[in-house]
Amino acid sequence: MMDVKRRYVIPGDVIATGPLRPEQNVYQDGDRMISTCVGISEIFENSVKVIPLTGGYMPKTNDLVIGKVIGTSPLSWEFDINSCFVGFLPAQDVFGRDYSPTKDELRQRLDIGDLVATRIANFDRSRDPLLTVQDRDLGKIEAGELVEISPSKVPRLIGKRGSMIQTIEMATKAIITIGQNGWIVISCEDSEGLLKAVEAVKMIDALAHTPNLTERVKSMLGVPDGENNDTIND
Amino acid sequence: MTEDGIRCDGRRLDELRNISIKVGVLKNADGSAYIEFGKNKILAGVFGPRDVHPKHMANPDSGILRCRYHMSPFSVTERKNPAPSRREIEISKVIKEALQPAVILKDYPRTVIDVFIEVLQADGGSRCAALDAAAVALADAGIPMRDLVSACAAGKVADRIVLDVNNEEDQEGQADMPVALMPNMGKVTLLQLDGILKPEEFKTCMQTALVGCKRVYEIQRKALMEKYFQNGEQ
Repeated sequence: MMDVKRRYVIPGDVIATGPLRPEQNVYQDGDRMISTCVGISEIFENSVKVIPLTGGYMPKTNDLVIGKVIGTSPLSWEFDINSCFVGFLPAQDVFGRDYSPTKDELRQRLDIGDLVATRIANFDRSRDPLLTVQDRDLGKIEAGELVEISPSKVPRLIGKRGSMIQTIEMATKAIITIGQNGWIVISCEDSEGLLKAVEAVKMIDALAHTPNLTERVKSMLGVPDGENNDTIND
Repeated sequence: MTEDGIRCDGRRLDELRNISIKVGVLKNADGSAYIEFGKNKILAGVFGPRDVHPKHMANPDSGILRCRYHMSPFSVTERKNPAPSRREIEISKVIKEALQPAVILKDYPRTVIDVFIEVLQADGGSRCAALDAAAVALADAGIPMRDLVSACAAGKVADRIVLDVNNEEDQEGQADMPVALMPNMGKVTLLQLDGILKPEEFKTCMQTALVGCKRVYEIQRKALMEKYFQNGEQ
């Protein structure tokens, strides 16, 4: 495994000095690498980054997000995607190219309050994020429990190569859809499994920065220790 | 003040009042902090980044920072009119300008970051205490920052330079000088002076205030570490 140095940092902390590349949440001042948020810094061979422990969701192209319809205009839906920007889903994305505002009614497909799994098709500084549902597993979410966690803890919930989420899904037989924006939909036929899965997700949100989290989740779910140990951040 | 430099509240010349900071005290805010700075009791809440209203204030190139410093009617001995006074409008402005160099607003075009500061009890030096709480609340909200901002006042009382002027000393003293500092970058973001100082007195006063800022920074740092890492410094 690559040697990575980790440290707890707050804004203004100098993580390292020297010819390194600043990555997410790192600000370069001369040759000093400075953390811009509260989090865990990681120094790699030639780059530095900080995994944030707080903060909202910043849209990124190709992210899968769960959105809630908050309004419609004649040609698009507006989505709350748990971010400072409103997501737009063009009507043509759902109705096809022959969409006509006079003929089709947007609200019949997706009404206000509906939850939708979408992907961010395009986003830059000058425009609000453009969403799409043209992909496998995307579209309206018919059933399930919505759990909100901090967007900065989503990578921890997924775990290394999806290990954490697989553990929960196997133990509870739940189907979990994770939006990068921190909104998670859990559906399960068995109500006890659903409650357990919700509890596990909330536990990861609360204890994301602590070591041996996989072990704790496993013992909470009553899973015997396997070989599939997740060691990220431990 | 006594001959050997013991002040009206029993402090030495270079002694701060007792400071305690709590992070994340408001549930509905994105970030918040509560500070007790001697007898000052101040709440700071950060909302955003979020949509700008009125819309004409939005900047397409970067986010904007808004700040409201407000004193509760019961915060002083005589009831204060809750409408923003001339003094509060000024302090809101200087706090905004003291925070602005630290906050990286470029990442959030067309949005606003709102900082609300409510003084529950005032006892001199409330702008510095408010600034300390606001900086911690911004870090708690996950707003990217180049550095924290730490503030502390120094002044001249009975012909001697003292650190952290309280209300009584402010009324009776000859000068009061609030200073805010970005401690890791070594940059001053706020410098006001009410009163008259000789050039050499100004220099010692400035040095004293900067030392105070650095001590405040340690307390801010500890408060953030406690919230996010249960004080598990590595």
